Amino acid sequence: MSIRQAMLAILEQGPMYGYQLRAEFEQRTGETWPLNIGQVYTTLTRLERDGLVEVVGHGGADETDQADTSSDRQVSYRATEAGRSEVSEWFATPVPRSQPPRDELAIKLAIAVTLPGVDVGTIIQRQRSATMASLQDYTRLKRTGRAATPTEPADLAWSLVLDALVFDAEAEVRWLDHCEARLRRAAADATEVRRQAPAATTAEEAAR
Amino acid sequence: MNAVLHLAAVSRIHGEGATEVHALRSVTFRAHPGELVAVMGPSGSGKSTLLTLAGGLDAPTSGSVWIEGTDLASLDNAGRARIRRTSVGYVFQDFNLIPALTAAENVALPRELDGEKARIARRLALTALEEVGIADLADRFPDEMSGGQQQRVAIARAIVGERRLILADEPTGALDTDTGEEILRLLRTRCDAGAAGVMVTHEARHAAWADRVVFLRDGVVVDETGSDEPEALLADEASR
Ligand SMILES: Nc1ncnc2c1ncn2[C@@H]1O[C@H](COP(=O)(O)OP(=O)(O)OP(=O)(O)O)[C@@H](O)[C@H]1O
Ligand SMILES: [Mg+2]
Repeated sequence: MSIRQAMLAILEQGPMYGYQLRAEFEQRTGETWPLNIGQVYTTLTRLERDGLVEVVGHGGADETDQADTSSDRQVSYRATEAGRSEVSEWFATPVPRSQPPRDELAIKLAIAVTLPGVDVGTIIQRQRSATMASLQDYTRLKRTGRAATPTEPADLAWSLVLDALVFDAEAEVRWLDHCEARLRRAAADATEVRRQAPAATTAEEAAR
Repeated sequence: MNAVLHLAAVSRIHGEGATEVHALRSVTFRAHPGELVAVMGPSGSGKSTLLTLAGGLDAPTSGSVWIEGTDLASLDNAGRARIRRTSVGYVFQDFNLIPALTAAENVALPRELDGEKARIARRLALTALEEVGIADLADRFPDEMSGGQQQRVAIARAIVGERRLILADEPTGALDTDTGEEILRLLRTRCDAGAAGVMVTHEARHAAWADRVVFLRDGVVVDETGSDEPEALLADEASR
């Protein structure tokens, strides 16, 4: 998962406590993908186990086995040589698209269009409104918050994340428009077929 | 707060009999001071019809259109023309610039028609052209400008002076992403300063600048986002 590499990459700036690490992450990504602190420490423990980070200074006793004691949270971590090469590897490798993330909306519509009793048009419109409302929120953040006039690299990073959310929501609205247009056309074609079918039958009968 | 624009159960039928088209069916719509509303919908859903009715360029088959508390049907042609020049700024889908006039003259025209001195009208026009980022093109004619530049002249004409209601039909259609965003920022600023804005757009990312997005489908408002806001305004009003 990318959180692991992202944390590792942030540690390249220098040794950090878990809380610092989380703050640095959120500085760049807002609260889009909130990290809970337990998750941060679990990840750090695994990274340490894999030799990608090492403990710099202990605030508490050495050799503590309880990952959750408050003394353990005074510990700061830094990336090891192996950790740094993992980061370079991460930056050098494109994020794979071969396994698209599960798209609940696509799945929902794919099921909905095949079920006779479902009003797909209403599903589409509700979704469009909801997505549009999120898009309005992102846009408000973009034009008013610290992303509006980024002065620090982290603010610029956050504004780019907002752009990603904007593009994503925009693509979703466009796809919904497309689905609606195609479904309308399909419905019109179906009516056309039904209208022609009886005519054909009458013609056949007449020919007999 | 009173709506700057109020369409009350407005219908518009084009043609008659077999060729009759219901472009709008009993649409009720308000735009308040400080509010930017986006109108979205497929081609032919009635967006431009809604806007032309709102701007007094066309009359409804039934229902009524109110601008700042005046029923447009109660005015004669001259009265409607006056409201169009003074209160309403209109950006047409196809710009509608006068080919024989320069950019500055196009923008200054509504002010001059309204009795402003030519010198002052020109100064206002230059300010508006500067706001849309094309002050340097003031003396060009429309056919000497790109589509995007003409569009910006059309927008300058709609915002020149103190318009209370700005109506824009696809104002970002011919613009690249950055210029489009500039224009939205400008509309947004005008609305934040107290004007009411209604903008038709196909682009979700542009509609997202609005306080409220209204969805039209076959001449009917099927949905809207952010509708809690006007209701909050109404609640406000009730508590006063
Ligand atoms: N003058 C007219 N005479 C007859 N029909 C008209 C006239 N003006 C518009 N219509 C019809 O009314 C309906 C709504 O048209 P309108 O121009 O409002 O659509 P729109 O939503 O602005 O579409 P677009 O996105 O293509 O600009 C359409 O079916 C159109 O053909
Ligand atoms: Mg139109």
